[in-house]
Amino acid sequence: MARMKFLCDADRCIECNACVTACKNEHEVPWGINRRRVVTINDGTPGERSISMACMHCTDAPCAAVCPVDCFYTTADAVVLHSKDLCIGCGYCFYACPFGAPQYPRVGNFGSRGKMDKCTYCAGGPEADVTMAEYEKYGANRLAEGKLPICAEMCSTKALLAGDGEIIAEIYRERVVTRGYGSGAWGWQTAYKETVAI
Amino acid sequence: MFRASLTSIARAGRVALAAIALLGLAAIAVPDETLAQGTNPTAQAVTEEQLLQALQPGGEIAGRVSIPDQKATGLIKPGGQDWRAFHQGTMFWVTIVALVGMLAIVVAFYAVRGKITIDSGLSGLKILRFNAFERFVHWLTAGSFLVLALTGINLVLGRFVLIPLFGPEAFATVTQLGKYAHNYLAWPFMAGLVFMLLVWIKDNIPDRTDVAWLKAGGGLLKKGVHPEAKKFNAGQKGIFWSVIVGGAALSVTGVLLLFPYLAGGYADWQLVQMIHGVVAAILVAVMVGHIYIGSVGMQGAFDAMGSGEVDYNWAREHHSLWAEEARRKQGAQGGASGGARPSPQPAE
Repeated sequence: MARMKFLCDADRCIECNACVTACKNEHEVPWGINRRRVVTINDGTPGERSISMACMHCTDAPCAAVCPVDCFYTTADAVVLHSKDLCIGCGYCFYACPFGAPQYPRVGNFGSRGKMDKCTYCAGGPEADVTMAEYEKYGANRLAEGKLPICAEMCSTKALLAGDGEIIAEIYRERVVTRGYGSGAWGWQTAYKETVAI
Repeated sequence: MFRASLTSIARAGRVALAAIALLGLAAIAVPDETLAQGTNPTAQAVTEEQLLQALQPGGEIAGRVSIPDQKATGLIKPGGQDWRAFHQGTMFWVTIVALVGMLAIVVAFYAVRGKITIDSGLSGLKILRFNAFERFVHWLTAGSFLVLALTGINLVLGRFVLIPLFGPEAFATVTQLGKYAHNYLAWPFMAGLVFMLLVWIKDNIPDRTDVAWLKAGGGLLKKGVHPEAKKFNAGQKGIFWSVIVGGAALSVTGVLLLFPYLAGGYADWQLVQMIHGVVAAILVAVMVGHIYIGSVGMQGAFDAMGSGEVDYNWAREHHSLWAEEARRKQGAQGGASGGARPSPQPAE
């Protein structure tokens, strides 16, 4: 089994936000919720870099550790998923998440937090694969269809890579060596306690 | 006709090719110039490593987003790991020590000291200690606190204690209801705090009798020792102020947790949540002691908040100064006896 990861090559990302849009469209993500976003650091200066960020599917995920109802689980592909049937919308995963991945629809009185929504690595949820029940809660399950996450698949500059950690790290390493620079595998140190050594 | 159009396409193609060739030459010429000037397009680029190293505790790597949600500007917030460590370590153990530790102390106290009885026995004479409004305020606060405390403890310990017993589905359902209860009962709790402060603050100003009471250990440890006390002894004043101060801290932090964007950024939420949790645990420990001494721990104590009327001998032993005052007032109103009558207003 693969160890699925995301890697955003900030030297290639052109901040087109197509990954954000594709994700919203693929999963019919509700208004106000963004499973993926593009953050531009040092915007407007010569050194600006844009990074597409979503749930990094951490090793030893903090969200799973702090969840009071234990609704998270890690798949055989090391994708961190959760059950919306169990989630109570307490917000603890948001406090613990280093990437701001968990999102909460505003429901009920006080606009309080509804059940958490986040990037599923296009791998659905605990329901049976590629069913309507799964789609309604978590969106498409592309992994079950043998496809990679839509955000990375349609990235026009191939800045955003998804796939087995070792393979995408090797692709990134080759790029950095060939072009002679790279601003790093953003988030890897925090998510996986390792980075791509060049 | 067909031939003519083909020729015109060919001619247009030649023109286009020439144009592309020219552009290509120009394009090749430009990088030569920049390289000659020595410009490196990545020299000033930010790297993740630099940014992580420059990060202050509680800081985040953030930038600009072009989606409408301007709260999504944070990229990496390593502080989440610290909150996780706090929640899994400190919060877990503080809750266990506060709850189990205090229960153990109470049980040990009961085993050693036993139930504190009225030394001079029941007099059969009742005097009013708390009127209906005071009792309402007490139970409004107490009832909501009990639910708030249990649902709060559930968030910290339930996963480890209750999921193995009841399974994840049943536990999640109950915890979901618990979350609603926690969010809604916070408001009556806060109302209770305000009423409590207004009704009882005048009787809870620390004074000299408290020093003597504390020196005598409140008479809790020795049978037959009864230091003087007014309406509230030093121990009760301690309970009152823990509830007011702790309750205020819980209210402020709780409201901020309900409306997180009032509190600021994610580091503020984490801090607010940590304060809320620790203060709650301390208050739970205080309340375990309070519930014990107000119920099984002391003969006659529950009546004060039950019927509102306490036995005169109980009052004389535990609140001597207040009992005198109350009896004097009742005497002035036509003698003490059981049953309903205008409530005496104990003064300092």
